[in-house]
Amino acid sequence: MSGNISTKSLEAEFDPVLSRRTFVQVLGAGILITVTDGLAWAQRGERGGSMPVAARIHLNEDGTISAMSGKVEEGQGPRAQLSQAAAEELRVPVERIRLIMADTALVPDDGITAGSRTTPYNVPPMRQAAATARELLTQLAAKQWQVDAAGLEVRDGTITNKATGQKLTYADLAKSRDIVEAFSKNIRSDITVTAVNEWKVLGSPVLRPNARDIVTGEHKFPSDIVRPNMLYGKILRPPSYGAMLESIDLTAAKAMKDMVVVQDGQFVGFAAPSSWRATEAMEAAAKTASWKTSPHPSSKTIHAYLKEHAETGRGRPSNRGSIEKGLADAAKTLSETYTLAYIQHTPMEPRAAVAEWNDGKLMVWAGCDGPYRARGDLARLFNIPAEQVHVIIPDMGGGFGGKHSAEAALEAAQLAKAAGRPVHVRWTRAEEFTWAYFRPAAVIECKGGLDAKGSLIAWDFTNINAGGAAIDTPYNIPNTRIASVGSDSPVKQGSYRCLAATGNNFARESFMDELAVAAGADPLAFRLAHLENPRIRTVLETVAKHFNWAGRRKKVTLELGVGLACGTEKNSVVAACVEVGIDRKRGEIKVHEVCEAFECGPIQNPANLLSQVQGCIVMGLGGALFEEIQFEDGKILNASFAGYRVPRFTDVPRIDVHLVNKTDIPSAGGGETPIIALAPAIGNAIFAATGVRIRSMPMRGDVLKQA
Amino acid sequence: MDVTMTVNGVQRTVSTDPERPLLDVLREDLHLTGTKYGCGEGRCGACTVLMDGKRTLACVTPVSLANKKAITTIEGLAKGDTLHPVQEAFLEEGAIQCGYCTSGMILTAAALLQENPNPTDEQIVTGMNGNICRCNGYVKIVNAVRKAAQKMRR
Repeated sequence: MSGNISTKSLEAEFDPVLSRRTFVQVLGAGILITVTDGLAWAQRGERGGSMPVAARIHLNEDGTISAMSGKVEEGQGPRAQLSQAAAEELRVPVERIRLIMADTALVPDDGITAGSRTTPYNVPPMRQAAATARELLTQLAAKQWQVDAAGLEVRDGTITNKATGQKLTYADLAKSRDIVEAFSKNIRSDITVTAVNEWKVLGSPVLRPNARDIVTGEHKFPSDIVRPNMLYGKILRPPSYGAMLESIDLTAAKAMKDMVVVQDGQFVGFAAPSSWRATEAMEAAAKTASWKTSPHPSSKTIHAYLKEHAETGRGRPSNRGSIEKGLADAAKTLSETYTLAYIQHTPMEPRAAVAEWNDGKLMVWAGCDGPYRARGDLARLFNIPAEQVHVIIPDMGGGFGGKHSAEAALEAAQLAKAAGRPVHVRWTRAEEFTWAYFRPAAVIECKGGLDAKGSLIAWDFTNINAGGAAIDTPYNIPNTRIASVGSDSPVKQGSYRCLAATGNNFARESFMDELAVAAGADPLAFRLAHLENPRIRTVLETVAKHFNWAGRRKKVTLELGVGLACGTEKNSVVAACVEVGIDRKRGEIKVHEVCEAFECGPIQNPANLLSQVQGCIVMGLGGALFEEIQFEDGKILNASFAGYRVPRFTDVPRIDVHLVNKTDIPSAGGGETPIIALAPAIGNAIFAATGVRIRSMPMRGDVLKQA
Repeated sequence: MDVTMTVNGVQRTVSTDPERPLLDVLREDLHLTGTKYGCGEGRCGACTVLMDGKRTLACVTPVSLANKKAITTIEGLAKGDTLHPVQEAFLEEGAIQCGYCTSGMILTAAALLQENPNPTDEQIVTGMNGNICRCNGYVKIVNAVRKAAQKMRR
């Protein structure tokens, strides 16, 4: 069935108590890796090199190979990609790899899963580990046959002596005594890995290895974990941000049958045999609670608030030339402000965890991005050594940067400790909307100066609150001042797919369009005139050609606009052309078509990369056109899918994706950057049709009714 | 109250508060966790099951309404090791990212194709529009439903 050790089998075979015995049970007989070994390499994952081969690669006697990674699968594709990486270097078909992910008892600490880091920072160590393993196995065979390893060939997991025709499989070698010592050698970071032009497994489309378990409902997501004797927990939430609990009467809740009630300062939780009953207890108790509330700003005035609370001194700008001189010398200057709303990731699976205590040791299954980070948080909360906490992140239901924190794990563990039984906590959609965190809102101030010939000679760009990702301009401008300035966000904010790069690129690429208009230039020609980066030029020219930019720009009407935008972030480049239909009377904006080109170096899994680019395009539509968190008096006003609109099937435009495979540089991640070109391309298309420039995300069509 | 349902062909009786959502009973009492919670308000389709063959949102259906009904969840869609054509098509088209919406998508598509074995793309889009995929993998999901329709017509 599944190509992996499933959560189910881990659940069945794992004692919560970490021991050599359980490890061997899961991996099968073969190499013994002791627990102390595991802890020694726990902090080194991303740096690679300094851990034994056994930390990453294990030969099973059935001929399969276990490979170990601290990364989390949440739909972005590392399970296939890391399996491909191991298979490629071990010279086996990808089906032979059993990838074990995000289990603190079994895998190295590869850091949290974020920032498109798996491809550039975790695939290479996996390849080095697999290549080192292959080299060591070849040496073992050479030793057995007493021949020179140079005369041996490895194919399909079998080592062949080309002179004699003798063969040894990896499974044969797994049984040999020498392998323990061999795999205790360190992974060689200087080992030669397979060149891109010789890739057989990498570079080909590979389906997620546990896809069959997904379509049958067999896969256990974090919220699907069931333990014997398990209770379901609910947490009392404050009625508004900043509200402090003054008093509560828990008598009625405590009197309910089979109810566990926990109060520890501001934490009040309930656990019962069903989530329905836990909710009943929580709601009954909530009626008796009295809260001290505090004032909180409204989303209607949030941009003024962020500007008012901006750090003084305008951060530390990066300067080129003299911005003052550039603006003074300009024949024409423009100055505009762009804004972004707070938005939410809304992964389909809200935060969830199951916690179980046994003899002072804690076992947690959770949906979050950092297994080791969660382990540390849990150890600190309960003041126990980290080695007494075992965290597993089963492949989870989406994240998009929104699950860096492990709140549900901490809550479940608190309740489980009091209950003396396993406890399951799964947030409601309203809880996820309210108590997770948001992509930051922003105010972005832009000034630009053109010389008499229409060349851009001055660029002043300040992002307040959202951060510095992709804030530098890729355009060639002699005088620039670019700054990211912090503010005092009144709501919890954090990471998001490409984070600040979306806002910075929206402002930059919209403003570039405004400057092109001021210069009387075509938006494509204006960009190319200021652009040296050959990678961005390539994707821009690719979309312009496939979309027929020049031809379709001539056909723009009041109801039909075209726009383009490009950008770079995380060592990848993107460009998009869009066609937008506009009904000004009704205030409707409908994206008809998106043509996008994306390049992130050598493509490792084209099927998954296509999914990521398509997903970014459609997700980008939401932030561009309708997603916005509204709040007032510390309450989220639209904490539901009824109030917070996300893209649906009917919103999906015609999508034409061009993946550029650039093979002479290292691969970069592809799950984020494809989102950053959407909003500005749409805004530029709206302007092309209507002459109205919408400088806020989301770009609401009703603006067009008034304008 | 006692609620008796035929779940994936097996008769099950649960003693429960009649107001509880069918979703909770499937997941917490019967441990059929393939049906997912997504919103609790019937707006995302992750909890889709078939009740007497009709698409039903289990998160907003009180379990009392399921009394004496036949429920099909994702766990009951395949016949043994033989996948339903919609399941096959999702695999073949790679119409899975995180996979959390997949159960609901597949059951919605199965119900849709039962009613309309020969849908246009527009009908697929309209028929599936109650289901949200936050990975936004809609393009490949439409491809999968189209392919499933072809398989089922064969």
